[in-house]
Amino acid sequence: MLEQPEVVTAGLISDPMLPTPYRIQRVKQETDDTFTLELLPEDSDRGFFFAPGQFNMLYVFGVGEVPISISSDPDDAPLLKHTTRVVGTVTKAMRQLKRGDTIGIRGPFGTHWPVEEAAGRDVVIVAGGIGLAPLRPALYQLMADREKYRKIVLLYGTRTPEDMLYRQELERWRGKFDLEIQVTVDRAASTWRGNVGVVTTMIPRAPFDPSNTLAMICGPEVMMRFTVMELLKRGAAPERTFLSAERNMKCGIGFCGHCQYGPTFICKDGPVFTYARIASILGRSEV
Amino acid sequence: MIHTLGPILREHPFFHGMEEQYIQLIAGCSLNVRFNAGDAIFHEGDPADHFYLIRAGLVSVQFVVPHRGLTTIMTVGSGEVLGWSWLFPPYRWHFDARAQQPTHGLAFDGKCLRGKCDEDHDLGYEIYKRFTQVITERLESTRLQLLDLYGNHA
Repeated sequence: MLEQPEVVTAGLISDPMLPTPYRIQRVKQETDDTFTLELLPEDSDRGFFFAPGQFNMLYVFGVGEVPISISSDPDDAPLLKHTTRVVGTVTKAMRQLKRGDTIGIRGPFGTHWPVEEAAGRDVVIVAGGIGLAPLRPALYQLMADREKYRKIVLLYGTRTPEDMLYRQELERWRGKFDLEIQVTVDRAASTWRGNVGVVTTMIPRAPFDPSNTLAMICGPEVMMRFTVMELLKRGAAPERTFLSAERNMKCGIGFCGHCQYGPTFICKDGPVFTYARIASILGRSEV
Repeated sequence: MIHTLGPILREHPFFHGMEEQYIQLIAGCSLNVRFNAGDAIFHEGDPADHFYLIRAGLVSVQFVVPHRGLTTIMTVGSGEVLGWSWLFPPYRWHFDARAQQPTHGLAFDGKCLRGKCDEDHDLGYEIYKRFTQVITERLESTRLQLLDLYGNHA
C-alpha cells in the first residue's frame, strides 16, 4: 500500500515566510483568461528544487500573495513556470507584469505526485481545465523516464477547444512518446472534430489495467469526486488514487489555519492526497 | 454462409452477462453498419427504429440552435451505445447524429426488439436495465456539463 506523499521541502527553505525576488523572463498568454509566468531568481547562484505537484506563494509587491502550483519541468529548475487564471486582485495585477519585473516567491510547499511509486504500473492522469498545470511537472518526469512505466494515459477535459492548455506540447509528446492523450470539451462548435462531454465519460473505456494503475487527478473538486467514482468503479485502488486539493492557502506551512480541511492543512499535508486519506471528508459541505 | 453477430455481442460490455438465448435473439435483429465521416445517421423528428453499438469511430449527437447553428451536445465513441428513443413513445429521434470520423458498428432493429420485449418480459427487463444504466450515465454527465465546472466563476 502506498503512503501519503511526504513533504519534501524540509531543509530547503531558510525562512519560509521570506519571499525571494525572482525576475520575470516571459509572460505567455495561454488562453483567453490564463497565462504563464516564467521566472528566474535574481540571485543567479540560488538553487531551487521542487517535486511535481508542489506550489509556491507568489507575491506581487504592494498587492498581495497567492498560492500557485509549479507547472514547469523539475529538471529545468531554477527556471520556474507558473500557469494561472485571472480570478482576483492579485492575479489581475500579476497579469499586468512584464518581462524584467520582479516578483516574490516563497516555497516550494506541500506534498507531491508519487511519480516514483508509479514505476512498473499504468499511469492514468485525469485533468480538468487549469488542473493540467500542476500535473505538467509529473508528465515531464514520466516522459523523462518513459521506460519505467507501463501505459501512460492522459484524459483531459476543458470547457471549449480554445481553453486547452499546452496544446503544442501535448501534440509533441503524443508524437514523440508512447502516450495516450484523450481530450474532451464541454461545448464546441460543429467544426470541432474531437470528443464532446465531461472527462469522466472517457474513464470506462480508457486503455489501462485498473488492477495495476496509479491515478493522478487535478481539477475542480466536483470533477475530481466524479472522476474518483468512475476510477473506483473500474477497479482502481483508493490508496493508489491521488488528487490535488485546493483551499485558501496563506502561510504555506500549516500555521495560519486558513487552508484547514477536516483534520488536515492543505498547504502542509496536501495539496496531493491519496483518495483513501480524504475519502470521508471529500464533498462534505461542512468541511 | 451466414455469419452470426453473436460473438461480437457476447464480448461487448453492454451485453455482459446476458443469457445466450437472448444474445442469439438480439443478434438476429442486428446488422453491421459503416458510416463515412460526415454521414448523417439519424435526424431529429424521424422515426427512431434503431439503436447502435459503436465499435470504432466517433459520432456527434447534435442539435440545431437558432443563431448558433448545429451544436454538438456529446460524442459517442468506441464501445458506447447510440440512441434510446426507439424504446419510448413516440419513437422519434430527439437529436441529430452524424459520424465525425469513419465509424462502424452494429445497428439493431428496435421495432423488432420492442415486439420481442413485449412477448418476453425477462428479455424486456434485461434490455431496459441496460439502457437505464446508459441513460443514468448520460444524465449524470449532462448535470456535470450544466455546472460549467471549468468556467471562471470568480
